[in-house]
Amino acid sequence: MEILIIVLAGILIGASVYLMLSKSLLRIILGTGILSHGILLMLLTMGGLKRGGIPVLDDSVQQYADPLPQAMLLTVIVITFALTAYMLVVAIRVYRELGTDDVEQLKGVPREDD
Amino acid sequence: MTLIHFAILLPVIAAVGIGILYRFYKKVHLGWFVLPIPAVITVYLATLIPAVSNNQVIYETMQFMPRVGMNFDVYIDGLSLLFAILIAGIGTLVVLYSVGYLSKQEKLGNFYVYLLIFMTAMLGVVLNDNVLMLYLFWELTSISSFLLIAYWFTRERSIYGAQKSMLITMFGGFLMLGGFIILSLITDTYSIRGMIEQVPAIQEDPLSMLAIVLILFGAFTKSAQFPFYIWLPDAMEAPTPVSAYLHSATMVKAGLYLVARFTPLFAFSELWVWSILGVGLITLVWAAFNAIKQDDLKAVLAFSTVSQLGLIMSLLGAGALAVQTGAAEGLFTVAVVAAVFHLINHATFKGALFMIIGIVDHETGTRSLKKLGGLMTIMPISFTMTLITSLSMAGIPPFNGFLSKELFLEAMFALREADFSVLADVSVLFPLLAIVGSIFTFVYSVILIRGIFMGKQMPATPKKPQEAPALMLISPMILTLLVVVFGLFPNLLSGSIIDPAAMSILNTSEPLNTEIYHWHGWDSPALWATIAIIAAGALMYLFRDFWKPVYRLGADAFTLNYLYDQGLIYSRLGAERITDGYMTGYIRSYLIYIFGAFVIFSLITLINTDISFDWGVTAPIALPEMLIILIILAAVTAMLITRSRMVSIIMFSTIGFSLSLLFVFFRAVDLALTQLAVEAITTALFLLAFFHLPKRSRHEEHRRFKLNNLMISAAVGVVATVIGLAAYSNRLFDSISQFYIDNVYDLAAGGNMVNVILVDFRGLDTLFETLVFGIAGLGVFVLLKLRVTKEGENKYEEHP
Repeated sequence: MEILIIVLAGILIGASVYLMLSKSLLRIILGTGILSHGILLMLLTMGGLKRGGIPVLDDSVQQYADPLPQAMLLTVIVITFALTAYMLVVAIRVYRELGTDDVEQLKGVPREDD
Repeated sequence: MTLIHFAILLPVIAAVGIGILYRFYKKVHLGWFVLPIPAVITVYLATLIPAVSNNQVIYETMQFMPRVGMNFDVYIDGLSLLFAILIAGIGTLVVLYSVGYLSKQEKLGNFYVYLLIFMTAMLGVVLNDNVLMLYLFWELTSISSFLLIAYWFTRERSIYGAQKSMLITMFGGFLMLGGFIILSLITDTYSIRGMIEQVPAIQEDPLSMLAIVLILFGAFTKSAQFPFYIWLPDAMEAPTPVSAYLHSATMVKAGLYLVARFTPLFAFSELWVWSILGVGLITLVWAAFNAIKQDDLKAVLAFSTVSQLGLIMSLLGAGALAVQTGAAEGLFTVAVVAAVFHLINHATFKGALFMIIGIVDHETGTRSLKKLGGLMTIMPISFTMTLITSLSMAGIPPFNGFLSKELFLEAMFALREADFSVLADVSVLFPLLAIVGSIFTFVYSVILIRGIFMGKQMPATPKKPQEAPALMLISPMILTLLVVVFGLFPNLLSGSIIDPAAMSILNTSEPLNTEIYHWHGWDSPALWATIAIIAAGALMYLFRDFWKPVYRLGADAFTLNYLYDQGLIYSRLGAERITDGYMTGYIRSYLIYIFGAFVIFSLITLINTDISFDWGVTAPIALPEMLIILIILAAVTAMLITRSRMVSIIMFSTIGFSLSLLFVFFRAVDLALTQLAVEAITTALFLLAFFHLPKRSRHEEHRRFKLNNLMISAAVGVVATVIGLAAYSNRLFDSISQFYIDNVYDLAAGGNMVNVILVDFRGLDTLFETLVFGIAGLGVFVLLKLRVTKEGENKYEEHP
């Protein structure tokens, strides 16, 4: 199972790189979202999967799943969300001000002598 | 801090006061206040002469940075004292001269502050025993020289000259520092004395060759030797007192000092001896040859300085042979004596010449040889002084230049008799080069005298010529007087100054008992050489119109200046081209660099480490999980190929929701909940943004573009997977989670371990995560609400 999930995470990371290398702002933002998904899976797998019960104290359970990666991932999810929302608004603003979402055309500020 | 430290630092300390004084008090010429400083130092240094000539050395130390071994260790022997007296003494005369030369309208505060800094720096260089401290003062001379050359900073030529001298001397200085560091690594000391005691260790170490080359770079750049002399003629843009002081008498001799100081250390090396000798002689001939074609008086003197420095350098090279063969044999000790003697002589006559030319410039308004002539009757005092100093430079008896040139020729003839393993056949070249150089020297000396003072008087000078005021004449007069006195009574100096200096170069304590005579007897080859030089020089001068076209043969394209300028231009162009090459301005290029570096470095690491895949017990795979994984894969594929932005947003949410399902299977309930909520909001956000973003979700892309991206992303994916697998299968320690599991209730009174970790065990993370969230919210608000118009705070430029 772990190996499968790591491979899946690798595929997600690869796909996110592909999306981030494209020209459209929307696809770049989607790419960062996918990247964070891949990393989430990767991190969670490092703690082992499906070992023991849900990490909520219960007298009948002998072994719990590792709670530490889960706590960390929770933080990661929230931060990623904040970042995605912000980037999305930046993209909207860029499109409104500059009239394009093609990053190939967003190249520096025009100099006065141009 | 002892008296001697104070003497060295006095100019810098005084510079502060001088700067303040200049701001508030402008009635009296500032130079009068500066004058006592070098005078006091000169007198103080002169009191040390008796002790030093009795073979005592003065050693004082002052802690500066003891941890790194960088201490202000003053070491005074004959050599340092000679240089220090030259610096302070000529400094006094130059300050006196500058009072007459610079008018009160100039920025005198700047001038004297720079000059005083330079004085301290130069005294620090010659009186130091610690190489790190020596380097510090060495660079301070470069910096203050830079400031002084660019004194009239509104002139383009001044800036050019200052930059050039800075680049070249700093280049040499840095290399010299490298040489010092190698030396200190070999000998484990920063003290020059300490290094000299360990000569055998240096001799055995192969790195000492590198140290020699590096230190010679420093000496050759500073002392304007071939091919680094090119900065000196351009440094003539400085005010004339500066040229007289820095660029004839003191700073350019710092390289000579360095060579003389390190001679006991490196004299064993053939490389040291021959490169100094060879470079010195080449510089001598080449610069003397070039001095003749100059029209500007200061340019003539600049090339003449370079040539004379080459002469002294070659003498020091021959003197190093004396250390090699043992001073007792005395074959080449004459070279060392000649070097020291000519050093003094050159400082006197060249300083005087610069000052006189400054006077001529000041009184006629021009320095061009073409516009000057026939000033003999108008400026009789200047003429007399020029006559004496130029003849001394040319090596005519009875002036001091004759004596040192005679010794020089003798030393070069002596080289022929020496037993060289390497260069036996070419040893005849040395006296030949020396004679040729001396002939050229004779010719330009005559040109100086005849060109300015004889012939017809030119009516076209910008100012009406007249004799200079007494104030400006005092300093050159004193120097000219010294030229005559040293010429007539050379042995005045020999016991007190020349011998101790020569003995410290040779690193011997045996007294030399030098005696310098005018008359060496009929059988002296130097005598006949001198006669030949005068005869040939006179002939060359008389028939100069016949051979002067020689100078037009060499095209400008092959001069060293041209090479230097082109080198500067092309290094800038090259840097621009390289930078433009990779700084494309496209975010995609930078991402490719980042991902490429990630892939390459990870691959190198993976190849170099033995990774083993051993994943012990893995969890079983159940059908529902398999289904979800397949859904995620399908969604990813759809996202990559779709053109519609709606489809890609929906596929993105599909991946997110499937992930939260996976989390449920993986016993991460809180995670699943959060992911569910966050994914829902993210989807809503994307849909909100839907109307504000352009209709297309992707732009037309070339196949090659896609193929490149595909290759890069595949590589990143594969590398990430391999790293993940390797990390998973090589666990070194147990998790620390058991602590949380055991103590969650006892310590934190909670059952939900994830939540307790978030708010209790690791609550700080959560605090700042909240902060991130808040900042993002504020940012979104500001981005949407704040409108700065294009006319407004120039936040946005005009866009087409």
